[in-house]
Amino acid sequence: MEHQRRALVRWLLGTGVGASIASFLYPAIRFMDPPDIPEAPVNEAPAGKIQDLKANSGKIVKFGSRPVLLVRVDESEWRAFSAVCTHLNCTVQFRDDTHQIWCACHNGLYDLHGKVISGPPPAPLEEYTVRLRGDDVVVARRT
Amino acid sequence: MPTEPVIPTESEPGWFDQRLGLASLRRLMGHKTVPLHSASIWYYFGGITLFLFVIQVLTGILLLLYYRPTTTEAYESVQFIMTRVKFGWLVRSIHSWSSNLMILAAFIHMFSVVFLHAYRKPREVTWLSGIALLGLVLAFGFSGYLLPWNKVSYFATKVGTDMAGSVPFIGAYMARFLRGGNDVGGATLTRFFGFHVAVLPGLMTLMLMVHLILVQMHGMSTPPWVRNLQARQMPFFPNFFLRELMAWYGALAVLGALAALLPWDLGEKADPFSSAPAGIRPEWYFLAPFYTLKLIPSHVWRVEGELVGLIGFALLAFWWVALPFWASTRDGLGRTKLVTGAGVLLIAYLVTFSALGYWR
Ligand code: HEM
Ligand code: FES
Repeated sequence: MEHQRRALVRWLLGTGVGASIASFLYPAIRFMDPPDIPEAPVNEAPAGKIQDLKANSGKIVKFGSRPVLLVRVDESEWRAFSAVCTHLNCTVQFRDDTHQIWCACHNGLYDLHGKVISGPPPAPLEEYTVRLRGDDVVVARRT
Repeated sequence: MPTEPVIPTESEPGWFDQRLGLASLRRLMGHKTVPLHSASIWYYFGGITLFLFVIQVLTGILLLLYYRPTTTEAYESVQFIMTRVKFGWLVRSIHSWSSNLMILAAFIHMFSVVFLHAYRKPREVTWLSGIALLGLVLAFGFSGYLLPWNKVSYFATKVGTDMAGSVPFIGAYMARFLRGGNDVGGATLTRFFGFHVAVLPGLMTLMLMVHLILVQMHGMSTPPWVRNLQARQMPFFPNFFLRELMAWYGALAVLGALAALLPWDLGEKADPFSSAPAGIRPEWYFLAPFYTLKLIPSHVWRVEGELVGLIGFALLAFWWVALPFWASTRDGLGRTKLVTGAGVLLIAYLVTFSALGYWR
């Protein structure tokens, strides 16, 4: 009898305290998860003037909040890729000496189609479309 | 009726003694002794780590007077500290150098515990609390590194938090939790600042207390090869303490010389729209995992390389954390040779991979 009463009291106390802790923790854990900040969907972005980029060179352009690598392969040939390395998120660059795309973080190498040549990146770089409108270069997402 | 005779024990305790119980504290200190043997010098490194932590707290509080944790102001505020604030360059240089020396001291301390076999029963929990402290110190280093918001620290944080993201199941949540969003940016800086100056100091203080209480409770361990346990001991207070004080002066001299002669560099301001600079690499204490990541190919069989690396590091860490539990057989015999071998192997891995990561 006495024994059962104690067990009951202990059970009530335990579940009560447990429930209180859970009710403190749940909002705290949800609080730590950052809310999504909606970004206006970007489908194309201006990438400067044609004459600003020499043949056999590349530069990073803003595509919304993401970096895109624009490459002018030669006078007439333009390409663009997501500049976010598929390995661990570093920003890649164009190498004018080897005509490749290189990630300095762990030596990942991609060719000028975004395919992985060597190093740790597990997937190719996403390719973007380049449009020339008069003097302006525009980078657009492929659909 | 005659009153009980007063037995004079010690002199009447003083005002403070009566109110604060200092006598029991003194008795506690008096009991502690430090074994004297050929490897006694390694007993100083825990204390040196503690000393450098105190320096971090003090210089960190000074930096807080001027530092501003936003992407538009962080770099400029550190620049302001270095160029305009009186002795600002020195305070920042000491904070940076001392963090490195502290991590070095913590590693030396850990390996000395391994090679002196001080993790043995009943000190398993002391070992675990020490490992927790090492983890906290590395977290301090990782979070503090981002605060000046320069190029290298920006990419180091991208890589580090992206690795957290490849943990199975909870990775995505962890990466978002660390970054305060989907990518490294202002929200990350705010969070890392909060970790660095509030969360980690709190946890560290708590863990330090646990660690020090356990050390005091169990006393200093004597290595198994020292036969005669009672042979030579040095009282902790004042003998060992005064020597430790001299070791602290030594550490201070090294720290002061490094901070003054090789002022810590600030680098270029971070720019999310620039490529990772050539020659980028993390702080030396993350070089070994960094170089390992570089070596792992994109896929091992059909699993992504980064996941393989992560699982490898996790297994290695688990094996090391559990050291006291595989260090003796069921019947309590120490596998001291095995442990020493494991320690030598781990040091060999860390040193060679760090060197390769640095030069290659
Ligand atoms: C209560 C303790 C601490 C406080 C209040 C504090 C505060 C700060 C502040 C305000 C900064 C930014 C200023 C700057 O970048 O120079 C900073 C940077 C930094 N902290 Fe701490 N800190 C503390 C402890 C530590 C510890 C224990 C470590 C060591 C592992 C550490 C490592 C670093 C590093 C590596 C930096 C970057 C230094 C740089 O490049 O400027 N901090 N800390
Ligand atoms: S992040 Fe690009 S190779 Fe690792």
